[in-house]
Amino acid sequence: MKSVALKMMFLAVISLIFATAFANGPVKPKHPRADVTLKLPAGFTATPIAQDLGKNRHIAVAPNGDLYVKLEKLKNGKGILVLRESGGKAKVVNSFGDFAGTGIAIKNGYVYASNDQEVFRYKMNAKGEVEPNQKAEKIITGLIGRRQHEAKPIALDNAGNIYVTIGAPSNSCQTKDREKGSKGMDPCSLLDSAGGIWQFKADKLNQTYKDGARYATGIRNAMGIEWNDEVNDLYATQHGRDGLFQMFPELYNEEQGAELPAEEMMRVKKGSDFGWPYCYYDQMQNKKILAPEYGGDKMKQGRCEGVDTPVAAFPGHWAPNDLIFYTGSQFPEKYRNGAFVAFHGSWNRAPLKQKGYNVVFVPLQGGALNGKYEVFADGFIGGADIDSPDEAKTRPCGLAQAADGSLYISDSVTGTIWKVTYNK
Amino acid sequence: MKSSILTVTILFIAVVFSSAKNNPAQDALKLSIERGKKVYDNTCLACHQVNGSGVPGMNPPLKKTKWVLGDKKVLINIVLKGLDQEIEVNDETYSNVMPAFAHLSDQEIADVLTYVRNSFGNKASQVTEAEVKKLRDK
Ligand code: HEC
Repeated sequence: MKSVALKMMFLAVISLIFATAFANGPVKPKHPRADVTLKLPAGFTATPIAQDLGKNRHIAVAPNGDLYVKLEKLKNGKGILVLRESGGKAKVVNSFGDFAGTGIAIKNGYVYASNDQEVFRYKMNAKGEVEPNQKAEKIITGLIGRRQHEAKPIALDNAGNIYVTIGAPSNSCQTKDREKGSKGMDPCSLLDSAGGIWQFKADKLNQTYKDGARYATGIRNAMGIEWNDEVNDLYATQHGRDGLFQMFPELYNEEQGAELPAEEMMRVKKGSDFGWPYCYYDQMQNKKILAPEYGGDKMKQGRCEGVDTPVAAFPGHWAPNDLIFYTGSQFPEKYRNGAFVAFHGSWNRAPLKQKGYNVVFVPLQGGALNGKYEVFADGFIGGADIDSPDEAKTRPCGLAQAADGSLYISDSVTGTIWKVTYNK
Repeated sequence: MKSSILTVTILFIAVVFSSAKNNPAQDALKLSIERGKKVYDNTCLACHQVNGSGVPGMNPPLKKTKWVLGDKKVLINIVLKGLDQEIEVNDETYSNVMPAFAHLSDQEIADVLTYVRNSFGNKASQVTEAEVKKLRDK
């Protein structure tokens, strides 16, 4: 007996030594440069023109062709990188902005960018560049940016307005967020200051909620927002709610919880109401359904009859992080005035395989859906199916159209920028 | 050379485990881990994922964090009361809310935390039903 105890102690020590030896092995870089080959339709190629930039979020192209990248984490104290292409590579030629965030847009000689509570702008000089020491003008401040759905994507129209997504700091406006059995607040008090898209003036300083207007409501978190010049309307892509299966297993099975609700691409009019948190869109039944927190039973519409519906619907939890309209002439005709949507990829499908992690093309005619969406760029995860998001080698996050009509895609994991071109 | 030492060590460990077969404390731990996995799969997996890796920027990982391996009281309270504060794990900040799971029984909370503390590369002592009860009653 005694010898067994001794033996065990001896072994415990040995295995401890081994465990420590292995734990202290060479430190791997956290996000090694990924060896990822994107899959694209015939005739298209994707070139990684920049790598290791940082935590890339949204991107925008200036009239002179420079690419502006917003970072979610400061790099050398800067939150905006300016890239310029030459010889198939893009180099960082400038960086500015001492704030991290997501939103970036360029319009009428100004670069607009956001952190999680504020929007700034920078005047561009005669050469169409931002001077290294150019002062920021704070145009919007004091927006709700609690830690959930806190990013502030932005878009500008052609009439001097800027639109800002204010995501709901909540999953479904329960009294206790994400707690099983907690009732939905009715009315949802968050909608006064979040869960929608707000409109402000693009050139007025220090605006707060009282200077802006709630342009559209009932949108949980519109990560993609973009002005469509062709039809002169705002479009947005919403991240739908989580947890239908986890919180209501008596109504939804695992599969339904993974597929529902649809991620929505919406045409947003002044005064639109897309129904969050009371309603969600079911892409199988093609209608808005009453959320279970508000008495829904997965079939009933109730108060959701007449609520605004999307232009296009996608499988649940794919996480549409950016949206642009293709107005170039380099890609084949069918892409003209259609939309590209970057899906950051799911987590709320576990334990089923994760999905999304791609860039989708949505054919549009006159701003209305014209056929089924198709996966345009895939392979970002860098391998077969994944169980959890941290296994994805890269994740598409931002989109912009290059001066020559190519498509730029930003990656939030390794800081890559791809340029997708078409060669007949 | 290294691999042969490793093989020997693994063999020895196997011997230890088999000789510990009849150890009631070990049995209790094993059973608690088994029960805890079920609780994890039903209640925690959606956010913290199959492999405990969490979701970048949203739900933190449960791999060797100071909460998982640290003070059991703090850990038990996270499950009993939830957590909604800015936390940083391995240089990343996480932004979602962790709801309270007070509807789980003391035994279920003890089991799931024992499972977490002995999975995903973690190795730490068992959490007992009594430890959970004490904090819940406070
Ligand atoms: C709805 C998603 C969700 C669920 C379900 C969930 N957690 Fe969490 N968990 C979180 C979030 C988000 C945080 C970080 C909260 C914060 O920053 O305040 C967290 C933090 C933690 C932490 C401390 C931080 C760390 O990573 O070590 C532990 C431990 C933990 N959770 C364990 C559990 C266990 C055990 C369960 C199941 C009983 C569970 N969680 C279920 C979302 C969740």
